Amino acid sequence: MKVKILLCILLALGVLIISCQNDESIEFKRYYTSGSLVYQSHCQNCHGSQGEGLKGLIPPLSDTSFMRSNLTRLPCIIKNGLKGKIEIDHRSFEGEMAKIDLNPMELAQVITYVNNSFGNQLGMTGYEEVITDLNTCR
Amino acid sequence: MKTQVYIIVVITSLTACKFNSSQKALPILGERHAATKTVNGQAVTDTVYSTIPAFKFVNQYGDTITDKSLNNKIYVADFFFTTCPTICPVMHRNMLPVYNEFKNTADFRIISHTIDPAHDSVPVLKKYADKLEIAGNTWWFLQGKKDDTYHISKSYLVSVQEMNPKGQYIHDGYLILIDKQKRIRGTYEGTDAAEVTKMIADIKTLEAEPDQVNAK
Repeated sequence: MKVKILLCILLALGVLIISCQNDESIEFKRYYTSGSLVYQSHCQNCHGSQGEGLKGLIPPLSDTSFMRSNLTRLPCIIKNGLKGKIEIDHRSFEGEMAKIDLNPMELAQVITYVNNSFGNQLGMTGYEEVITDLNTCR
Repeated sequence: MKTQVYIIVVITSLTACKFNSSQKALPILGERHAATKTVNGQAVTDTVYSTIPAFKFVNQYGDTITDKSLNNKIYVADFFFTTCPTICPVMHRNMLPVYNEFKNTADFRIISHTIDPAHDSVPVLKKYADKLEIAGNTWWFLQGKKDDTYHISKSYLVSVQEMNPKGQYIHDGYLILIDKQKRIRGTYEGTDAAEVTKMIADIKTLEAEPDQVNAK
């Protein structure tokens, strides 16, 4: 009997904790999970399952300082591709990244996933931010 | 009762032996036909397997590479292009363990044919190899006339097509294992790391086959 009561209390606590999670963190998890699927189908072939890139051919996605300083450029980079020399992880890369045809929601999701994987902890990029950033594309 | 047990034991051990022996040799793939020839005045019928025909390409160092360059070599062939945004990076990421495993094996090669020779010139291929940290003569990136490449791809049972309407080349990601007699001994999906691991094991099996050890 005592055990049952204890279980009930635990269950109630559990429900409380889960429902107490703020909306923001639930939203973040939703973005992150969907983003991992977008990553697998559009990014992983080149950038690798661990965001490690491919030797000197394809840059890794684990250079947090590059990601941070290019945060608002990321939607445009993904959507329009990237060409020319770039410095990532203290190495120089050149070549061309193809345009990836993603909608703004998918962009927000995949950016949130990448920016919080592979050692990055840069928080969430929301749908509205992506819309704003896309207006600045050259 | 006892006899039955004996019979079962004998049958089991026999099938076990068969299973083992089939593990020790890889199948020979591709088309085959029976050919009858005369040996010592007697007609002998033998199976003739299709082999990779003669070819001539140039590698990343500008050296001419022909079928003769691969005489007495076990090799893996694939088709790619350096600007390929889809399956090539993952194919060659998966190929790196193969390169590292066999780069000091004298009678082993990897050949990667570019299907976009207009862009993938010799210097472009050299740069690609350098960036992949490929040195020496274990892994050749080959360039040649487009028709020759497309023609040879058929011998490897690989499908390569001209650009689709989106301007992308279509090709499949198979890695083809060829023995010292230039016969196809395995095809592996190069985009699947598990398949490539199996290929490494198969190459070791192939290397130990008497036909390969005794090839002249």
